[in-house]
Amino acid sequence: MLGYAEKIKEIAKGLLKDEKVEMIIGFREGSDPMKKEPCLIKNPEDVESLVWDSTCCMNLANYLTNRTEKIGVLAKGCDSRNINTHIIENKIGREQLYIIGVPCTGMIDRIKVAGKIVEEVIEVTDNGEHVVIKGAKQEETVERRELLQENCRTCTHRNPVIYDELVADPVEEQKDVSKYEDVERIEAMSGEERWQYFDELLSPCIRCYACRNACPLCYCPECFVDESRPQWVGKSNDSTDTKVFHLLRAFHCAGRCTDCGSCEQACPMDIKVRMLTKKLNKDCFDMYGWETGLTPDQRPPLDTFKPDDKEDFIK
Amino acid sequence: MKVIKIDQKDWDEGLGKLYDEFRLFGPVKNGDIHQFQPLTKGELPDLNFSNTRLSVKSAVYPQSQVMFEYNLDEKQEGHHIMKPASFDYPARALLGVRPCDAAGFLIAKKNFDNPDYRDPYWCESYEKTTLVGLACDSPSTNCFCTSVELGPYSEQGLDVLLVAVDGGFQAKVITEKGEALVTKAGWDKNGDEKVIEHQREKAEKRVNSAIETDKLAEKSSKDLFDAPFWEDMAFACLNCGTCTYSCPTCWCFDIQDENQEDQGIRMRNWDSCMSPLFTLEGSGHNPRPLKFHRVRQRFMHKLKYYLDKYEDGIMCVGCGRCINLCPVNIDIRKISSKMNNYQP
Repeated sequence: MLGYAEKIKEIAKGLLKDEKVEMIIGFREGSDPMKKEPCLIKNPEDVESLVWDSTCCMNLANYLTNRTEKIGVLAKGCDSRNINTHIIENKIGREQLYIIGVPCTGMIDRIKVAGKIVEEVIEVTDNGEHVVIKGAKQEETVERRELLQENCRTCTHRNPVIYDELVADPVEEQKDVSKYEDVERIEAMSGEERWQYFDELLSPCIRCYACRNACPLCYCPECFVDESRPQWVGKSNDSTDTKVFHLLRAFHCAGRCTDCGSCEQACPMDIKVRMLTKKLNKDCFDMYGWETGLTPDQRPPLDTFKPDDKEDFIK
Repeated sequence: MKVIKIDQKDWDEGLGKLYDEFRLFGPVKNGDIHQFQPLTKGELPDLNFSNTRLSVKSAVYPQSQVMFEYNLDEKQEGHHIMKPASFDYPARALLGVRPCDAAGFLIAKKNFDNPDYRDPYWCESYEKTTLVGLACDSPSTNCFCTSVELGPYSEQGLDVLLVAVDGGFQAKVITEKGEALVTKAGWDKNGDEKVIEHQREKAEKRVNSAIETDKLAEKSSKDLFDAPFWEDMAFACLNCGTCTYSCPTCWCFDIQDENQEDQGIRMRNWDSCMSPLFTLEGSGHNPRPLKFHRVRQRFMHKLKYYLDKYEDGIMCVGCGRCINLCPVNIDIRKISSKMNNYQP
């Protein structure tokens, strides 16, 4: 992914100059070495601020919801699958989009990076194979693979599945990855152990809803946790209410989640919220052979019916 | 004010004595995160930390707090009448509070305890709390306390300031509350203020980041409100509550009733100006319907309205949490610079 930025700027500049789009949605440099800021660019001169590296982890499909303009948008594999989901769910029209596909070799995880040195991370340089992590006095070179976000480590759709132009040749897809080892470990637990696992998993939650708001699927005009008539769930930090929020949100994403990992990257308390959505992804795959967002014309399994749907799991 | 010296052994023993008089809170490491938690008997606070993930404000101002109780059973006496929830705050000591967080309480105090209004829950809790600070010798890159009239050795809002030295602490005993605490702990060895001053100077030089605010007071609120940069600044914002909930100075709350059969409670929960629900009116009208309205409100409140109203600096202690934790890297320093240098 090194060197993508120049190509991205070139494409973006062309699109804006030729008035093929009204705006570009991409990333710009931030003050944090482990984060990039999603940005919207309207002037061709401003494309110079666009950047690309392995910390562009937020899912840009989230910024397309209900927009009415003609937009050029950068899309990794996962973003592109969420764009498909958005198109299916009428959150944006295909004709409104010029999708600049970004073949992705995975994003690096800020928590894993921070864990590699004792000092505060002040600089991160990715050279493709290795990542150099610098503190004030410390420096550590780590294999890139070791730092990938968990969802990227097992991703099998690194290349965009829908695009108008690619910024580079497709990258090799990962094969024979064991995607659901962690979910299987939890499935193997007794009911009691599992409950305890989720209890502990979600106990640091502060109900800030960063996971929900970073998620391109969570576009409901009013989320069930915010509704007051009827009030489905309490609003305090009571642990049952907190669990209800997470469990219901996960179920609402079943068959729609691309495992982009934005929820986890957004969480200020480092909660592995993907453990809930991932189980449902696995179920959708096991039951319907479904992988989210691979085409813009096939509705997700839980909002459609086919006479030949498998029924053997219905007891 | 006096200066004392606390050897490591005396620190451990002193905390044992304090445990019988105070409910003790201190930083505890869970996974990779330090959080303020009640300490059990014999448990020592883990002071090997940069700062706690969330500020210590919840120790005085919990995220959820019951204010009233009621019952709806008409057969019972006093039904449908709100009764103040019993709240009994024992004397508490917060150990290892960073100076930025301690100063956060003084900002919150302007809201919760002023001539017009006194919030009984916050005030009682705060008054029963003794704040034992820990001076900060390794500020992080996003710390900017020295540019908000504080510093890594600031004493504002603290009752005692600990300074870590080899083999224990040098400490400043700042208030009567602090005096009472160190007396109970049996810490009475004379300390050396020169050691503290020497370390303070070094620590202050290590704060490399700053927020630009010098011209904010002279700007017009209306000009800043109408400035063209808000949409660009707000674009990335997810409108989550991370910045507000992690902020030591954000004080807003929402009031909710929760019933279970005939029993009910009226409680307050932290609320966030980032949420559209925060300003949604009963009529359905929302005066801040767009994301950039809400982002603008947060920064205008912290950097302009508060400054104009209290004439005592900005509503920020420079702890850097909102910068560290924002999922999309929105940076209060960058926004303050935009506002500070804005010419209509």
